[in-house]
Amino acid sequence: MAHVVSFELNGRPVSVQAEPWARLIDLLRGPLGHTGTKEGCGEGECGACTVLVDGAAINSCLFPALEVEGRSVTTIEGLQDASGRLAALQEAFVEEGGVQCGFCSPGMILAAAGLLLRTQDPSEAEIREELAGNLCRCTGYAQIVAAVQAAAGRASSREGQGA
Amino acid sequence: MSGFSFIGKEVRRPEGGDKASGRALYIHDLTRPGMLYGKIKFSAHAHARIKRIDTTRAARVPGVHAVITAYDTPEIRIGFLRDNFALKKDKVRQFRDEIAAVAAADPDAAAEAVDLIEVEYEPLPGVFTPEEALAVGAPLVHETSSDGAPRASNVLDLAYGHDSGDIEAARRASRHVASGEYSTPLIQQSCMGTAGCLAEFDAAGNLTMWAKTQIPFLAQRDFNQALSALGLRGRNTRVIVPALGGGFGTGLDTHAYEYIAILLAWRSGRPVRIVYDREEEFSCLSPRQSARTRITQGCDAAGRLTFRDVEVLQDNGAYTSWGATYPSVMLLPVTSLYRVPNVRFRARLVYTNNTYCQAMRGYGNPEVTWPIESSLDDLAAAAGIDPLDLRLMNCNEPGEVTPMGLKVTTCGLRQCLEAASGRLRWREKRGSGRRVARGVGMASLIHVGGGGKIYRSDGSGIVLKLDDFGNVNVSYGGVEMGQGLHTVLRQAVAEAVGIRPENVFVNQTDTATCPWDVGTHASRGAFMAGNAALLAAARLREKLFQWAEQVFPAEVERNVRALCRKDPAYRPPDFDVAASARAGSFDLKEGWLFLKDAPADPALRIEFARLLRAVHYRDRGTIFTQEAFYEPDTELPDWSKGRGNMSENYAYGTQAVEVEVDRETGEVKILALVAAHDVGRVLNPVTLKGQIHGALAQGVGYALYEEVKTRAGRILNPGFTDYKIPTACEMDFPIELVFVETDEQSGPFGAKGVGEPGMVPTAPAIANAIYDAVGVRVKDLPITPEKVLAALHASRA
Ligand code: FES
Ligand code: FES
Repeated sequence: MAHVVSFELNGRPVSVQAEPWARLIDLLRGPLGHTGTKEGCGEGECGACTVLVDGAAINSCLFPALEVEGRSVTTIEGLQDASGRLAALQEAFVEEGGVQCGFCSPGMILAAAGLLLRTQDPSEAEIREELAGNLCRCTGYAQIVAAVQAAAGRASSREGQGA
Repeated sequence: MSGFSFIGKEVRRPEGGDKASGRALYIHDLTRPGMLYGKIKFSAHAHARIKRIDTTRAARVPGVHAVITAYDTPEIRIGFLRDNFALKKDKVRQFRDEIAAVAAADPDAAAEAVDLIEVEYEPLPGVFTPEEALAVGAPLVHETSSDGAPRASNVLDLAYGHDSGDIEAARRASRHVASGEYSTPLIQQSCMGTAGCLAEFDAAGNLTMWAKTQIPFLAQRDFNQALSALGLRGRNTRVIVPALGGGFGTGLDTHAYEYIAILLAWRSGRPVRIVYDREEEFSCLSPRQSARTRITQGCDAAGRLTFRDVEVLQDNGAYTSWGATYPSVMLLPVTSLYRVPNVRFRARLVYTNNTYCQAMRGYGNPEVTWPIESSLDDLAAAAGIDPLDLRLMNCNEPGEVTPMGLKVTTCGLRQCLEAASGRLRWREKRGSGRRVARGVGMASLIHVGGGGKIYRSDGSGIVLKLDDFGNVNVSYGGVEMGQGLHTVLRQAVAEAVGIRPENVFVNQTDTATCPWDVGTHASRGAFMAGNAALLAAARLREKLFQWAEQVFPAEVERNVRALCRKDPAYRPPDFDVAASARAGSFDLKEGWLFLKDAPADPALRIEFARLLRAVHYRDRGTIFTQEAFYEPDTELPDWSKGRGNMSENYAYGTQAVEVEVDRETGEVKILALVAAHDVGRVLNPVTLKGQIHGALAQGVGYALYEEVKTRAGRILNPGFTDYKIPTACEMDFPIELVFVETDEQSGPFGAKGVGEPGMVPTAPAIANAIYDAVGVRVKDLPITPEKVLAALHASRA
């Protein structure tokens, strides 16, 4: 009954068995051992399970596992570089205080990453709008928004220097 | 400000990188070889006799290793009053009562087996409000106390009260009086990481528990009692605390699910993990206590407070947690927020067949600050005084001893009132926005800032273990749950010992390796950790400097040789090193040992790591491990009299808010918020802001959105779709934080506790602003648009 799904996970090809009813989060946290993706509700209400599929943020607790066939998935484990150095966005979350208990952080960071892929210099309203599906009980969001702004600012100033 | 190397700086959160990269391990991520998945069968009735439980079909499900009920396992009593049981026998008293449990090789098999457990009930009439519970002839939730004595009523045997001065005389002498009845709802702590634990026995019957707890050492005591019940008297529990997906008070008790995991692990001989899903978290984990409060307070013609009379009635639910001691903290604002000479306080808790409640941030304080600060504005209106002036006139001052016997040391309330009102431009805005339905409101708070003595010991131990590389490994029993305890602990140890934060490593909290700590509650984490670190560091430095006497001259010679090699023209300092190398002459700072008289001389400095190796690898050398136990100089109050100085200092704050109310829809929009807090000293601006911002969001949720809804004991909104907590969009308004530094002498480096205060005055500040905007007062939280509309209609009628 189980099918084999093949897709790209954080830039590497993977093939894994999946039941037809399995959710993407089950594959990630189970056989693929990517426990950085968190399950906060399993109902699409909290955003803790957010990952990128072909660059777009989705709730992996609602996403059917078989639908990632042939697509590219980025989880929190895939944001840092090969030597394990955190991406600028992750750094900004730590420095600005966007991380407290950290349970929402992987999903929050990927939701923000999805936004920054689309818009290099989002407004505060855009950031808040984009993150509205990601609940955080610890931070009150102020420092999360600041972290996204800082990361966006850094990225654009780097580009400015390069140009 | 003083010459701190690291205090007050934005020292990086040590575990931040792991959390931002998905490496941090929460209970949900832990597995053990052979681990089974536990699942609980909860009651289908709020109050019923259990007639029959049939587990035969459940036991036959492939993959199931154990099915247990109260009828085939030893009785384990739990709870603050020991009125609860790990598994229920004979009768259930709330919907979430644990009737049976399963351990299986995979979660699906566990869920299937739980569904196949058959339970036959005989429903009993229940009581679902305090009034029903107090009615004559009401069904008893508990027929007997935990000692077996018959009970006559549903009122808990816990007495909280306070009387000072002469209330009746003061009432008669008052020129203005305001009174009202207020309520606060059940709310869910809403940790993003749900509850769970992992239990594993060794061959000798000792237990290891990975627990989502804020009280590892009290939990160890509780679990050891459970081991006794299993016939394992004398065996020990090791409690290990993984990364916590939020705490907020949910970890101040041990929970039935934890004992069930222990029973399942004991029965199956395998490690067993139980993790709640979100629906279980909402339906089966204890929420914050609700409260109903009747308040009357008065003032003289000038506006000076004359008396305050407060009566609280709390729906405890079916069993008793530590949260039932909320009135212990209610005493603070009731007796001591603003100067009020005559005070009366009564609190009653009653059993009902509702879900039983537990602690949450603020612990009783928001429940009564809500009526006190709301009613204070009514009093100001009656007296024709600006609410700001009324508060300033009655402001607490340093050095005062309050009716409760709180010894106020530093007090920044006046500065907080002035800062919050000034930044919000209170004088210009107050009372001027009625036409556009805009208004401003404020509320203040007092809370424990230097520990909170509610247990026999309010102490915290610490162990500093030094290695050959100049690192200090810190073992501390308090719990990092996101608030930044390990960050400030790292800073405090670095500052106090005289090394760099990068060389401080905080160990995982583990009862086997960390010394005792009463628990991470009462905003005491940073205060206690910092004081324990200072105490240990002072003793350690004394020893280090004594040993340094013996190795310093030789190390200086090495320095000189090295300097000469580098620069042949180098001339060593003209200094009698042997004579100067006295313990009292040394200092250690940022990882260097040096002579106080010659701090900059490169020949007369030794790197900390080199000092440690020199002392270690010599004849009869030594290594260093330093412990300390900090016990605050406070009193365990007499609760029935409501007296005792329970904290070494008190934290104050004022929040001021501007709102706009939509008269058509009743919607309340926050336009701006200023939070001014007396924090003693800023230890770390990033984590401090995080504590206040996070608490503010919870305060906004408490004020406007959050309520666990129930019908006849059943929870109706067990998910985030129907239970709304603030998102980034609800928090989209300007927030200004002001930190008043009062340099508290009892505080580490001058700091006070700050974890809870941020959510205490938010709701009344918002309600007072709504009153200023549209002239109506809502007295029941949350202030929903429906309630605002109803109040507006009533005021027009
Ligand atoms: S776990 Fe997927 S949205 Fe909450
Ligand atoms: S950091 Fe704890 S939920 Fe966001």
